Amino acid sequence: MYAALWRVLPGPAWVRVLILLLLVAAVLTACVLWVFPWVETLVTPQEVTVGTEP
Amino acid sequence: MLGELLVTAGVLVLAFIGWQLWLNDLIVGNQAQEEAIAISQEWQKTAGGPVAVAEAERPDPGDPVVMSAPGNAEVFGTLIVPRFGSDWAWPLAGGVGLEDVLNVRRIGHYDGTQMPGEVGNMVLAAHRTGWGSPFIDANKLQLGDSIYIETADGWYEYVVRSHEYVTPEGVGVLDPVPQMPGMSPVDRILTLTTCNPLHSVSERLIVYAVYETWYPRSGGAPAEIAGIVQAAG
Repeated sequence: MYAALWRVLPGPAWVRVLILLLLVAAVLTACVLWVFPWVETLVTPQEVTVGTEP
Repeated sequence: MLGELLVTAGVLVLAFIGWQLWLNDLIVGNQAQEEAIAISQEWQKTAGGPVAVAEAERPDPGDPVVMSAPGNAEVFGTLIVPRFGSDWAWPLAGGVGLEDVLNVRRIGHYDGTQMPGEVGNMVLAAHRTGWGSPFIDANKLQLGDSIYIETADGWYEYVVRSHEYVTPEGVGVLDPVPQMPGMSPVDRILTLTTCNPLHSVSERLIVYAVYETWYPRSGGAPAEIAGIVQAAG
């Protein structure tokens, strides 16, 4: 998968590394901004109150 | 191919855990603190008066002023707990809803429980882990630790008395005299509720604190938290 990605990218090696780093940064930014907050609502316990609304 | 996918998934899971346990709490905690300080700053600007005075020169404040109950999700004060950090402050809002209060950098006030300084029981709720983890150190509060609530009127000081562990159905902690349904209150009590153990919802950790005194805004902030208020000014 990553080998194919490397072959598809244009330019000399350092340009490809730069593009890959930008891609990684974009993926992580998207995760922090949208994906992780959504996942958190699914996997993290939320209830901190006692009983129902008093 | 499959191996690369699995490794990628593993890295993303690790990134999520790092984000949730460390990075996000740091970011959200700082945001909440900035908001709390901004609120405090606004009140101080409106009221004027000294930021802090020597404790010995402070006159007897008399009975505390009691504000009226806030609307749902309305910010009415800030919670300041020196044990949680020398500059730890979080906004306080009415109600304990998840989407409108607890998940948006607020500590919630149970509707129908008392207000700061009022005789009876003022009960607050906040997240133990996640969403800034405001009450992650609630178990580390010690006998005699001060907890301050700042409102437009001033600062209310409560002193930690004890912890209790209850089931999620333990609504007795909301009674005007905690766990004594039907008793009419004489003390002013502050109760914090959060989940327990860490990363679980099977129990609730309760912290009780008892009213000590209050500091009218005109007389300046109590010495212990003057640093936070000065940071505001």
